[in-house]
Amino acid sequence: MRKGQNRFVAGFLLVPVALYLIFVIWPYIQTFGYSLTDWKGQSQTFSFIGLDNYTALFEDDIFLQAIWHNILFLVFIPVITILLALFFAFMLNAGGRGRAGGVSGVAGSGFYKIVYFFPQVLSLAILAVLFGAVYRSDSGGMLNGFLMRLGLVDENSPVEWLNEPNYVLWALILVVVWHGVGFYLVLFSAAMQAIPRDIYEAALIDGAGRAHTFFRITLPLLWDSVQTAWVYLGIAAMDMFILVSTMTAGEYGGGPDHHSEVMATVMMRNFLLYGRSGYACAMGVVMLLLTLIVSVVMLRATRRERVEF
Amino acid sequence: MGSTTAENDHGPEGAGTTDLEGVGRRDLIKRSAALGLITVPTMSFLSACASGGGGDDDTSEDTQGEASESNPFGVKKGSKLDVVIFKGGYGDAYAKAWEAAFQKKWGVTSTHTGTQEITGKLQPRFNAGNPPDIVDDSGAQQIPIDVLYKNGQLLDLAEVLDSPSIDDPSKKVRDTLIPGTLDAGMQENKVVALNYIYTVWGLWYSGKLFKENGWEEPKTWADFLTICKEAKAKEIGGLAHQGKYPYYINVAIMDLIAKTGGLEAMKAIDNLDPKAFVGSDAAKAGVEAIYEVVEKGYLMPGTNGLTHTESQARWNQYKAVFITSGSWLENEQLTQTPDDFEMTFMPMPVLPDSVMPFEAIRAGSGEPFIIPAKAKNLPAAKEFMRMMLSREWSTLFAKEANSLTIVKDGVDTGVSLRPGTQSTVEVSKAAGDNTFRYLYTEWYSEMDTAIQNASNELMAKRIQPAEWLKRAQAAVDKQAKDPDSKKNRRD
Repeated sequence: MRKGQNRFVAGFLLVPVALYLIFVIWPYIQTFGYSLTDWKGQSQTFSFIGLDNYTALFEDDIFLQAIWHNILFLVFIPVITILLALFFAFMLNAGGRGRAGGVSGVAGSGFYKIVYFFPQVLSLAILAVLFGAVYRSDSGGMLNGFLMRLGLVDENSPVEWLNEPNYVLWALILVVVWHGVGFYLVLFSAAMQAIPRDIYEAALIDGAGRAHTFFRITLPLLWDSVQTAWVYLGIAAMDMFILVSTMTAGEYGGGPDHHSEVMATVMMRNFLLYGRSGYACAMGVVMLLLTLIVSVVMLRATRRERVEF
Repeated sequence: MGSTTAENDHGPEGAGTTDLEGVGRRDLIKRSAALGLITVPTMSFLSACASGGGGDDDTSEDTQGEASESNPFGVKKGSKLDVVIFKGGYGDAYAKAWEAAFQKKWGVTSTHTGTQEITGKLQPRFNAGNPPDIVDDSGAQQIPIDVLYKNGQLLDLAEVLDSPSIDDPSKKVRDTLIPGTLDAGMQENKVVALNYIYTVWGLWYSGKLFKENGWEEPKTWADFLTICKEAKAKEIGGLAHQGKYPYYINVAIMDLIAKTGGLEAMKAIDNLDPKAFVGSDAAKAGVEAIYEVVEKGYLMPGTNGLTHTESQARWNQYKAVFITSGSWLENEQLTQTPDDFEMTFMPMPVLPDSVMPFEAIRAGSGEPFIIPAKAKNLPAAKEFMRMMLSREWSTLFAKEANSLTIVKDGVDTGVSLRPGTQSTVEVSKAAGDNTFRYLYTEWYSEMDTAIQNASNELMAKRIQPAEWLKRAQAAVDKQAKDPDSKKNRRD
């Protein structure tokens, strides 16, 4: 490259890189610094205490429990969301039958696509309110009201969905899945439409059924999109702060009795409520490391040969 | 687009690169985008940790005026006052009225911020050494007073409290307040927060519902259970509580403990006694009494999972007889309460052999106002607080916020109170000196949370009273080990 061009490119890069360093990298470094102190969060006085915060972290049952919950989310949220989205997307794009042997979605698929996308339009805060009403713990709750009509639940002992250690995580997973399926359905649909029709037609002529077409043609050709979805959902599962903190009991959520705690809620409580900010920074560093590891592992594990078409 | 130009410029070489990119580019972009995204959720939390640098670069504007008898702190005319008010159940209209009065008298203009995001707005300012001059540090996003205090951010209010009262200069401000109301703002025997609103805690019921059923205010726990039982037969819940916030049911449990065991039982908890819960007969009796309500099915169905607004609204619809709350309940429920509801406040009923009488109530103060130690205009802030404790400003508050303040007889007789608030006044009068007030909630946020969690489990019937006592004691013992907690003591 010519010299002037170099300078030109550098000029463009300098500002964004500087901004990135100041607003992204520097806070990380600061956080790491704070994690080695007993900072209480409301002034600039603190002393250096080495790795004490980190050793304390590994004896903190609540934080360890929170990590475990994040891992559960990490396993179930992506799997359920992707499977459902794939299934629906396939039915909408190639699941239709008959009509002169062409490949098409089930009847009315255009309409369904729009309807499926609706939940994505809602922000998480609205979602929390909405599902708060669904899971409400008395007869005024949608779910409880419904079950009572059916006679499955006694009016005097309604199911306290978000106050039951055994249900609370599932209740949260359902919200995330409900929210996410529509988006990934659209994502997968777009990828499916890029698959040439003749491949499907050839398969149909050879007598392949729906299941065959899906596993032998659609899924391999969609792998890139699935991988992307996987990483996005994995990151969402490592976070979960908004939903847990607004829907469940306790300061910054996590209730009942820490049964829905995630790393972010434990961190916020320590940071702002207990004034153990240095300790919370150590949690932040651990969260960062775990999220990085998870992403790398996910990308590696789903790596495959690209199929060209 | 860049690659197209490159192609044109460099011919074959350019073509080579595009080819290479054809294999990996999409992949590469996707992956780097994914990695970039990882940082998004983590970053928002991490950057919350990072402070804005800070330091003590006080650009000390001159705010110190000349002190005199009528101006004990030396307020300087023409200076500015930075006021931050929690805009919650009491709104912030009262503060605007105060500020207008303050400007009229002292010529000090104020910047007014009414907000619910106390932590979000103020934490960076405290960290940067640039706090406001006076703050109503309250609400769900309150910065805990113990945390602020440990960071040396709070001014010792002794100077204000020992200054002459506006209404009667021969008295100190401190002596014009309802006894005991300063306790809640104490850290290590210094008053660092002024809890301005006089509050009582206990049970509430509907006078109308009582009349319809021929019930009378239960004075003993046995009578209380009888009413619950009759209510249950009529498919009304006995006790409602705000399950999502176990703070409220802790009021009931702790009140029973204090009334049964007396002030000693209460202080044992505040002073982190090794026998505060396990080994205390009062604690055992209190928690077992509450559990009886759970066991016999006298709770309003579903109350354990409801928020405060949800369960209070249900109670307003006659779905439950009693609810635990403080004197703010009436103001909070204004729009939900039927006109003929007759909201009435009562003390917790007593267990057999209770040390304190039925009339005894938890009474004290809430809504902490603080002056940051590094406030720019300390003289004006102190004067502002002194005026808050005048009869004139106290009346302004009662008018705008429908609530009493800690100023003794602080409301002009012309102001009429709502029936619920009026009933709290009567109960307070009947209680006389028989009041008590826990302080562990202001001293030890972490212990408070742990006990709240245990109570939630108890109300959901997942643990038994014995287990509750063990968990509460464990929380006390854990707090006692914290080196910072040794200095808080009450006698």
